[in-house]
Amino acid sequence: MGLLKIENLTASIGDKEILKGINLTVNPGEVHAIMGPNGSGKSTLASVLAGREDYEVTGGSVTFQDVDLLELSPEDRAREGVFLAFQYPVEIPGVTTINFLKTAVNEVRKYRGEEPLDAVSFLKMMKEKSKLVEIDQALLSRSLNEGFSGGEKKRNEIFQMAMLEPKLAILDETDSGLDIDALRIVANGVNKLKTPNNATIVVTHYQRLLDYIVPDFVHVLWNGRIVKSGTKELALELEEKGYDWVKAETALA
Amino acid sequence: MSKENDILEEITSSDYKYGFTTDIETDVAPAGLNEDTVRFISAKKKEPLWMLEWRLEAFKIWKEMTTPNWQNVHFPEINYQDIIYYAAPKQKKTVNSLDEIDPELRKTFEKLGISLDEQKRLTGVAVDAVIDSVSIATTFKSKLAELGIIFCSMSEAIEHHPELIRKYLGSVVPVRDNYFTALNSAVFSDGSFCFIPKGVRCPMELSTYFRINTANTGQFERTLIVCEDNSYVSYLEGCTAPMRDENQLHAAVVELVAMDNAHIKYSTVQNWYPGDKEGKGGIYNFVTKRGICLGKKSKISWTQVETGSAITWKYPSVILKGDDSIGEFYSVAVTNNYQQADTGTKMIHIGKNTRSRIVSKGISAGKSQNSYRGLVQVMKRADNARNFSQCDSLLLGNKCGAHTFPYLEVENPNAQVEHEATTSKIGEDQIFYCNQRGISTEDAVALIVNGYAKEVLNQLPMEFAVEAQKLLAISLEGSVG
Repeated sequence: MGLLKIENLTASIGDKEILKGINLTVNPGEVHAIMGPNGSGKSTLASVLAGREDYEVTGGSVTFQDVDLLELSPEDRAREGVFLAFQYPVEIPGVTTINFLKTAVNEVRKYRGEEPLDAVSFLKMMKEKSKLVEIDQALLSRSLNEGFSGGEKKRNEIFQMAMLEPKLAILDETDSGLDIDALRIVANGVNKLKTPNNATIVVTHYQRLLDYIVPDFVHVLWNGRIVKSGTKELALELEEKGYDWVKAETALA
Repeated sequence: MSKENDILEEITSSDYKYGFTTDIETDVAPAGLNEDTVRFISAKKKEPLWMLEWRLEAFKIWKEMTTPNWQNVHFPEINYQDIIYYAAPKQKKTVNSLDEIDPELRKTFEKLGISLDEQKRLTGVAVDAVIDSVSIATTFKSKLAELGIIFCSMSEAIEHHPELIRKYLGSVVPVRDNYFTALNSAVFSDGSFCFIPKGVRCPMELSTYFRINTANTGQFERTLIVCEDNSYVSYLEGCTAPMRDENQLHAAVVELVAMDNAHIKYSTVQNWYPGDKEGKGGIYNFVTKRGICLGKKSKISWTQVETGSAITWKYPSVILKGDDSIGEFYSVAVTNNYQQADTGTKMIHIGKNTRSRIVSKGISAGKSQNSYRGLVQVMKRADNARNFSQCDSLLLGNKCGAHTFPYLEVENPNAQVEHEATTSKIGEDQIFYCNQRGISTEDAVALIVNGYAKEVLNQLPMEFAVEAQKLLAISLEGSVG
């Protein structure tokens, strides 16, 4: 049984249909990369899975561990174990990352019928996880993402992922705006968090990130559909030939 | 866009928790205001002649004045003849110990989370409890007296410390300052008096809890705090009222006096009944608060969290007379549904090297109107005066209003005056981001609002800061939709 099963998913924003029938199954322990040119629907897919209300799901189904994901509110999806690392993490002035995460972690625990973490255990957990993803502790006592550099914001996303221990993590263009060192640190974090029980969907424009996070499967999204799937070699092929090659192939088919 | 407003609307509609009434026998004056009313109040309180004369003079002044109309709030004309000016719970004439307080009254305050029992009370806070027109109990009085601190009701102060009252009452806020100060001076019924002698640092928070209970009553209390040289006090006031369909008037006057090196920290958590969701009922909170830094290097800080009242209209101010004195104003004002607030401060720089700091955070939701109005005045001889003002507005939804009216009057070329202002909305992006981490929309709004107001909340004494945080969340419940 797959962790995530997407069948014939269609979604639109306003009158514009963006996802035109997505099919994808993700099993525990797998890393899937979704690639594609700008405007192909990659970020839309990530947003729809997380439950952003700007998009209207017009058809198809999404099953997450036997639950109809589309029926759940965004917060319940998160509590079920779906995590989205944002392409553009928002700033929340006056709320420290620590405070924010304490609220989030305890909400998730409450949902699972667990007691809230006391301050000592929480700080201990924070210390361990911040080491894992190489994030400066000082950053965590500052207002969430306020005045953070692009790299710091992305690292903070991965840190939050480490704290929330999701079953499915969706990284939306996490590599955008990162220099090579930051990219390596972020990717290392993701790799360290990988277990046989969780899965990752990496949404990316470039093959670059996949040098560090090695995918089991690569899918090419174009014009709202997955038009080609393969293994990591597909990513290399795309890097070499560009997306036009896939587009041409799809047009022929 | 519309969805965001739906969310905002949903979050700001919860019910007022303190809306109950206490069924106690009350001693009330007939409604209406004339010279006899003033005499009646003074007689009820067994006041000396000088006090009655002061009141009558104030009444004469009030009659000649008219309601101001420059403020950005709107309400139907108040009929001052419909108001009851004196209402007191009937109880034994003198209460010698806290055990003798009417159990009904005691219960009322317990219900409000205010324990009048010194043993049960958290250490570090002394309370003066005022219901309608009178103070019913002051805790820790004797313990404070050992240090020479006077903390009692205004009525007691008039009786036992006439020399101090005659010296300071009306010295910071003159009777004719405005329409409501004149009215208050004529009919004020009780309040708190607090005197910290030279060199004493008050070891506990002093606090007054105001409660309006009787229908159609106006509450006119008077607070006076005097801090002598090198002394310190932190004072907190809280207030609630039952839910009623009619508007009730609360017109208080607060005066603070700080001598050389004295420091007064005055915090308010104002939670008067704000009226219902359609804007019916609620308290008109027309208050004049002013402090004077009379001595060198003295400091007065106002911190206010304003969440209640149908209309709030107040400008806690500081007159910076002593050289090197400091005035501070930290404010969070929340308006929801049909509430209106016109609040801010005045910083009057008279002495040299005086400094003032203003941090105002307005939060508007529902169909409310929230205005900041502030004056920074630097007089000619106030060399090197400095002011920094930060006025932020946060809007929830698109049916509310936020307004900023800063006034600067600078007569000294050495003065440095800075003003910063921002207006923002709680973004759909921020809420979704929180949602995606497992935080519900309602909790997300509370988190974001508390983050926004943090700089002000941090100024509150610890145990009240937590209360204030909860209060902010409750006040905005149902406002995000």
